[in-house]
Amino acid sequence: MTALVQNLGHSVIGFVERTGRSLIFLMTALAGIPASLRKPYLITAQLYSVGVLSMQIIVISGLTVGMVLGLQMYNTLTDFGAEESLGPVVALSLVRELGPVLSALLFSGRAGSALTAEIGLMKATEQLSVMEMMAVDPIRRVIVPRLLAGVLSVPLLAAIFSAVGILGSYFIGVSLLGVDAGAFWSQMTAKVDFHADILNGFVKSLVFGVVATWIAVFEGYDSVPTTAGVSRATTRTVVHTAFAVLGLDFVLTALMFGEV
Amino acid sequence: MAKSGHQELEDQSVETASGGDDLLVKIRGLRFAFGTRVIVDGVDIDIRRGEVTTIMGPSGTGKTTLLRLIGGQFQPDAGTVEVDGLNVPSLSRAELYALRKRMGMMFQTGALFTDLSVFDNVAFPLREHTRLPEVLIRDLVLIKLQAVGLRGARNLMPAELSGGMSRRVALARAIALDPMMIMYDEPFTGQDPITVGIVMQLIRHINQYMGLTSIIVSHDVAEVSAISDRIYLISEGRVIEQGSPAELQRSSSQWAQQFLHGAPDGPVPFHYPAEPLAEELMVGG
Repeated sequence: MTALVQNLGHSVIGFVERTGRSLIFLMTALAGIPASLRKPYLITAQLYSVGVLSMQIIVISGLTVGMVLGLQMYNTLTDFGAEESLGPVVALSLVRELGPVLSALLFSGRAGSALTAEIGLMKATEQLSVMEMMAVDPIRRVIVPRLLAGVLSVPLLAAIFSAVGILGSYFIGVSLLGVDAGAFWSQMTAKVDFHADILNGFVKSLVFGVVATWIAVFEGYDSVPTTAGVSRATTRTVVHTAFAVLGLDFVLTALMFGEV
Repeated sequence: MAKSGHQELEDQSVETASGGDDLLVKIRGLRFAFGTRVIVDGVDIDIRRGEVTTIMGPSGTGKTTLLRLIGGQFQPDAGTVEVDGLNVPSLSRAELYALRKRMGMMFQTGALFTDLSVFDNVAFPLREHTRLPEVLIRDLVLIKLQAVGLRGARNLMPAELSGGMSRRVALARAIALDPMMIMYDEPFTGQDPITVGIVMQLIRHINQYMGLTSIIVSHDVAEVSAISDRIYLISEGRVIEQGSPAELQRSSSQWAQQFLHGAPDGPVPFHYPAEPLAEELMVGG
């Protein structure tokens, strides 16, 4: 029993200590943004690496999710004779929820894990150390450009995910199942509100972008500089991001759309 | 007697940098521990300007930690580390970075940036800390690479280099900003004899012709004895012996003699502490 309490205490202290360390890390990175903005080429290089190179998985996933949504929703809506509402139902699902959440999860699996591994390996091979010895701050030179690129990329990827998803559902609903194209688009434009839906979805994806990239770069920077340490850090990035994104999604959804 | 050009250059650089103090690095009463494990305990070390000084000792005795304490990457628990008159542990971040621009360090692994070519690795500190035009940076990089014999390898990526070449590129990068001192962490470890010879020659020549002060951390007795002006022998975080290579060879310390001659048994026992063998063997019977 004593051992159990002791272990629990250790876990809680470890969690609090690590959370504190990650917050200090984030504050240090935020303080380094002005200096990093003076070297925009570092940010654009990372935008390509974490953003552009994530497009493939985002487009394919968005398309398939949209097609599945189109099919499922069509079958359900037909029961109520409301298949012409397919457009707004799919659009709201994607813009409010699936776009931001799935994009962040896919980003974490594709780019977040790569960021952690890259930074962890730079630490393990003393590249961060040598940078410090050359009077170059690794937070500003390595971390901040990656953090900014991730934060900028996730909302854009979420927008692409939603747009491609809508096209996927259009293909299934309109081209294959015979829903009226005019009803599909007109109902969508009538029911989807810019502020309540699109802007809130954007805010969600921005928050997820900050969290997913913060976790990725912190895990890399804080990793044990060994092969096993980097491997564990990469796994933690994906798992912690999934927990954080799903948990935050509930909180944000309650705040944005909940009517308690 | 007329001095040679190199000798004059060396004397001039020492005079300019010294400011009347012969010591570039002065360590007093240094103590550093990781948690409860004491790594460096009450160390006093003097590094003279213009000399090649080696800190030598068995693996895991705090040699690399000493370099990191000199470079300000670790904060000591007690004692002072003065570099060019500045107490490193008490410097602000900006002051420490200003000092580091005048220090070069060659890491054991080379620590080259794997996503940059040889040329860009050497150009890295120049691009970060100067506003020189790219044409001038190109010339400077080629001069540094020529000094380590790798001008022709400038377009290669680090993954295409041998271990020895990586260290030579790291050396070129370390001298890119013409520092006042350079620290070498185990420069000979794991290298073939030809590479060891090349690195030895480079360390000595670069120190001499660029008017540098060099600090080497190593446990390769023959190599460092050939190029060092002064050697500090440390064990378990303490300085055991110091002097010129010749003085150390005449040392009366049994520990120093065991280390310098690579004797398998002596003050450092062959066997890890254990129960007597006879008692252990009888346990099973």
